[in-house]
Amino acid sequence: MMLFFENISLAISSLRANKVRALLTMLGIIIGIGAVIAIVTVGNSLTLSISDSMSSVGANNITVGLRQRENEEETTDSGAVFRDYRNQKQPKEEDYFTDEMIEAFRETYPDEIADISISESLGSGKVTKGEDYANVSVVGVNDGFFTANDLTMLKGNILSGKAMEEGRDVALVSDYFVDNLYNGDPGKAMGETVEITIGKKYYTYTIVGVYEYQAMSFSMTSKKDTVTDVYTPVKSVQRKTHNTSGYSSFTVVIKTAGEAQAFIPKINHFFDRYYRKNRNFELSTFTLESMVSEFTGIMGTVSTAISIIAGISLLVGGIGVMNIMLVSISERTREIGTRKALGATNASIRTQFIVEAIVICLIGGMIGIVVGVGGGIIGAKALGFAAAPSLSSILISLIFSMVIGVFFGFYPANKAAKMNPIDALRYE
Amino acid sequence: MMGFGGSGSKKEKSGELIIEDITETAEDLLPEAQTEPAEEGTASEPEGRIIIDMHHIVKRYFIGQPNELEVLHGIDLQVREGEFVAIVGQSGSGKSTLMNMIGALDRPTEGQYTLDGVDMFRAKDRDLSAIRCLKIGFVFQTYNLVARTSALKNVELPMLYAKMSPRRRAKRAKELLAVVEMEDRMKHMPDELSGGQKQRVAIARAMANDPALILADEPTGALDSATGRLIMDIFHRLNKEQGKTIVLITHSPELAEETGRILTLKDGMIVGSRKGAGHP
Repeated sequence: MMLFFENISLAISSLRANKVRALLTMLGIIIGIGAVIAIVTVGNSLTLSISDSMSSVGANNITVGLRQRENEEETTDSGAVFRDYRNQKQPKEEDYFTDEMIEAFRETYPDEIADISISESLGSGKVTKGEDYANVSVVGVNDGFFTANDLTMLKGNILSGKAMEEGRDVALVSDYFVDNLYNGDPGKAMGETVEITIGKKYYTYTIVGVYEYQAMSFSMTSKKDTVTDVYTPVKSVQRKTHNTSGYSSFTVVIKTAGEAQAFIPKINHFFDRYYRKNRNFELSTFTLESMVSEFTGIMGTVSTAISIIAGISLLVGGIGVMNIMLVSISERTREIGTRKALGATNASIRTQFIVEAIVICLIGGMIGIVVGVGGGIIGAKALGFAAAPSLSSILISLIFSMVIGVFFGFYPANKAAKMNPIDALRYE
Repeated sequence: MMGFGGSGSKKEKSGELIIEDITETAEDLLPEAQTEPAEEGTASEPEGRIIIDMHHIVKRYFIGQPNELEVLHGIDLQVREGEFVAIVGQSGSGKSTLMNMIGALDRPTEGQYTLDGVDMFRAKDRDLSAIRCLKIGFVFQTYNLVARTSALKNVELPMLYAKMSPRRRAKRAKELLAVVEMEDRMKHMPDELSGGQKQRVAIARAMANDPALILADEPTGALDSATGRLIMDIFHRLNKEQGKTIVLITHSPELAEETGRILTLKDGMIVGSRKGAGHP
């Protein structure tokens, strides 16, 4: 232990003697560790803000939709199997979920289902008022939509009652919308009639409420250009699209938290009776959980790729350390001989040089961590989300750089330890 | 050094006894040989006990199978405690090889060598390290101070390898530097010292673990004659005042004459042995 502290101060003084060389040697380690920490910091920040915005979707929601069956494979003469993308189909009206289906579903599981949310898009468009404009997406919703999505109303109330039943042309707009067109005064917007241009068509709505828009934390568009939703009764949208037979998707809100994944088989079982005979479409479901796990999977792949790159960089850095240690040992042959003559054992010589290699790698690792955290924070800020450096990756980097020191320091240190004192003393 | 201050404050808190205990244990870590000479020393032989005891030492180097080079052809050498012996000989006479052998840097091919009661023939590498550490103090022609390490730390080195506590190391190193009149330069780095100063530090370092033998290989070879004189005076003083056993290897007949006994080495054999001016 005594020798341990001696060795550390020895290593530091020998690094001081060759500052530029030590820094150049550390460069590989600095770049390797720095790159990993920076990317992990950005990735961590991304994961946090994405799961943040995903949790606003609601953990108890299951979105049920339709997807094209994958059985339309054809075998060519050569035997290759391919999917014919020319046959890509959009669900037609006869494929849609009908009110009757959804009602029957709700009645079958009254204990599990809290509500069913429906939202049908009319399309994206623009509202212009003189010089000002607002980008919007018109979405028809039912009562259940407000159960599934917790809207904060700044003015007016959510859509309900007669307006909903009759499908009146009323709309809830966002505070962004109000900021862009009514100078941020919700009171001025209330009761106003707006004309929304979608494609070449015009739709007229009366504003009955203003809700607070939940900004995506990783959004890159300016507030002025952000597309916000305009909520209107679903029946109004159906009337405008001449589609009164059903919906392409709906969201089930279940009563018990955390049971979303477990409820999926029941959904599949129930709707099987309607879609078993459908040649083109089958049911697809997804939950926040499945979204998150899919996202985590992607992040996992990305970090594996990063790890491999970092590993290569650290390997190169480690070889650099080994190389400089070999140079240093050959320069200090006489010192090694002297130390041996003064009674140093092979083990103490070996320890001295391994500690020196560890110190090089640790200092390099620490500089790399500082560079990486700095770069990561800048990167995260540039992409517009809160930076979150990962403590565990910093600790792992420190340990890893020590391991590199031991691994790449061992061979040179052992070479020094095995030097013959007579030859070492005589070395010119 | 961190532990240095720490143990000092501990001393004040928990009493001196505990600290003394710790340093005593550090002393015990030194191999048994440290206690052995004390016992043998009680034998009241007039000429002192034998430190170097060599019988028919042969050293051969194998340069490929058919070519073997015999450098030492059966050396018999006894050096008693308190002696100042010079080994002279021209280059190629086997001086260096003999010095390596005496200094436990190498093992003989044949023969018997006992250094202060330790059989060198059967010693393993690790034992040789311990012998060099505790029984021998080296002084080299080229000083061989460790670079970027202060004079004080250089003197501490052998004690470090003997696992002495930092506090005792520093204390003893200062005392030793005072003996060679270098205490005012103990914080200097080797490249801030002159040749003579470096050699004085090296002599202090050689005495660090109170070795049975000081082995000096051409210690004045790189110095001008005035400085060389100074170094030789230090050796004489150590020999007379402290009773240090010194083996001096040199090619200078004048320097050899000052010692107690002069051995002449030629072609790997001791061809002459006579008393010098320094004989008591």
